[in-house]
Amino acid sequence: MSQAAPVPAQRRPITAGRAILLVLIVGVLLVPIPGFRTPQTHNIVIDASQFEFSPARLTVNRGDIVQVTLTASDVVHGFFLDGYGIDFRVEPGTSQEFTFTADRSGKFRYRCSVACGALHPFMIGELVVGPNELVWRASALAAVAVGAMLLHARKRPSA
Amino acid sequence: MLLSRAFQPVAMLILLAPFVLAVMAGLLGTSAGNRNFGIVFVWIVWWAVLMVLLVPGLGRVWCTVCPIPAPGEWVQRRGIIGGAGRLRTRGLRWPRRLRNMWLQNAGFLVLALFSMVILTRPSVSAGVFVGLIGVAVGMSLLFEKRTFCRYVCPIGGFIGLYSMAAPVELRVRDAQVCVDHREKDCITGNDRGYGCPWMVYPGKLDRNLDCGLCTECLKTCTMDNVVINLRRPGADLAKPVRGNRIDEAFKALIMLACSIIYPAVLFGPWATVKEWAAIESFGGWLIYAAAFLIATLVVIPGLFWLAVAGGQRSCAGGLTVRRAFNEYSHALIPLGLAAWVTFSVGFALTNGSYALAAISDPFGWGWDVFGTRDVGWTPYLSGAAPTIQAAILIGGLLFSIRTSLRVGLRHDPSGETTLAATAPIAAFLLASTLALLWLYLG
Repeated sequence: MSQAAPVPAQRRPITAGRAILLVLIVGVLLVPIPGFRTPQTHNIVIDASQFEFSPARLTVNRGDIVQVTLTASDVVHGFFLDGYGIDFRVEPGTSQEFTFTADRSGKFRYRCSVACGALHPFMIGELVVGPNELVWRASALAAVAVGAMLLHARKRPSA
Repeated sequence: MLLSRAFQPVAMLILLAPFVLAVMAGLLGTSAGNRNFGIVFVWIVWWAVLMVLLVPGLGRVWCTVCPIPAPGEWVQRRGIIGGAGRLRTRGLRWPRRLRNMWLQNAGFLVLALFSMVILTRPSVSAGVFVGLIGVAVGMSLLFEKRTFCRYVCPIGGFIGLYSMAAPVELRVRDAQVCVDHREKDCITGNDRGYGCPWMVYPGKLDRNLDCGLCTECLKTCTMDNVVINLRRPGADLAKPVRGNRIDEAFKALIMLACSIIYPAVLFGPWATVKEWAAIESFGGWLIYAAAFLIATLVVIPGLFWLAVAGGQRSCAGGLTVRRAFNEYSHALIPLGLAAWVTFSVGFALTNGSYALAAISDPFGWGWDVFGTRDVGWTPYLSGAAPTIQAAILIGGLLFSIRTSLRVGLRHDPSGETTLAATAPIAAFLLASTLALLWLYLG
């Protein structure tokens, strides 16, 4: 009895479902998110005190110019902005002024960079530079991936 | 090396040294947490190593070398490397009603409620370490073996839970060899090692939850039947849950809830909540504690219960809701672990540079042992961290969805009811992930 010839490995066909999933994922990752506006200038006074910044959350748009006047109302504080590498120190009764262009979108925490007491590591504020693409894309990607896994499970009991 | 009698005691001794230093720094050193070895090395360095590397990569391996139970074990056995024969303990058996994770759940919640104080006050932190050692020693004198580790340690509880997702396991090669072997040295011990200190019978071990990786059974097995395997991550998660393990389900839910609450409280912009958590005012802390407990014990478990019940109702899968709650709670483990990795990565990257100063000046007294005392605070990868965190969270979510599908398929191999049973659970997992993404990135 002759042996059967080995069956060559076949590529899995690209089904309509897979193609749609691929398009969705590419779309989620690459489609531009609207929200661009003419750049504006924001003059913001940020006061640092144990253990909070006021205001604690700022919202600007990408490309905006942010002029900050930093003050401290009790002890020496610092201001470090994640992602931008901005770091300033301010003493009570004085102020520090600095300007930067919000050229990176997303959420960036600003933190006290001078030890100021027990809760110092958690003295945090937030700068949101819109459109916040990362959070929208990540959320959409999560939703698309979950949907795809559930649909795949519906078709084949081999998840 | 693992077969050496000295392996575990020596590893514990080595780690006991920095642990003692952490306690001493906490009690005697500066009250500035970011300059105190006790805070920096435990809550920044150790925590990050534990949650980012050890638990996801090696499961229970921290329990192998943990110094907290070491003094109690050595007092109980009257020796460090080898026992002196007769044990110094009343040898009581742990009450049957407490042979579960409820005490570990309660202990973790108590620590979590005071975590802002523990994280920022070196003396309080040291008090917690001394307290844990004291309880471990006391329990070693009263109860048999490692009862503290198995049923009480609040850290061991979540390490055990998340070790089920790890790619490492201790198992027997052939369970029939254990059945046929009448001496059961792994339980009774012999001249090469102790009977299982964790009160586990290796022959029936099929998941990582209760095995402390102490390596005693590797030593005592005369049949060379105990091995440490590499395996597919999460291999334990879709296995059937024996008996009623609501305690285990609640452990997974409490950990997931805390992984959402912690970034909101610690990394969020809400100073008032931080002050409440730090007990700046007792009334504020009461509000925080009530909200925390309601969220961890009522809201999150309640929503998960509704998701499970909805799935079971729509698929008529033959499981009671309670049973399904137990079984599907394993789907929370990958996402919960990913959420804790995300939290720990962010905290370590931001505050890890404090370690350089603290190692040179552990008490904050002005020492400069390694010439790094004056290294300033430098956050690492502050621009890339959000992308890394998003990737970890989405990875955890997909791992969790896959686990829920595997649990569903185990109950209905035809796959006909899998989607109906798991879709509400997937919605719960997705909602939890979106909440985490918005807390970190939004």
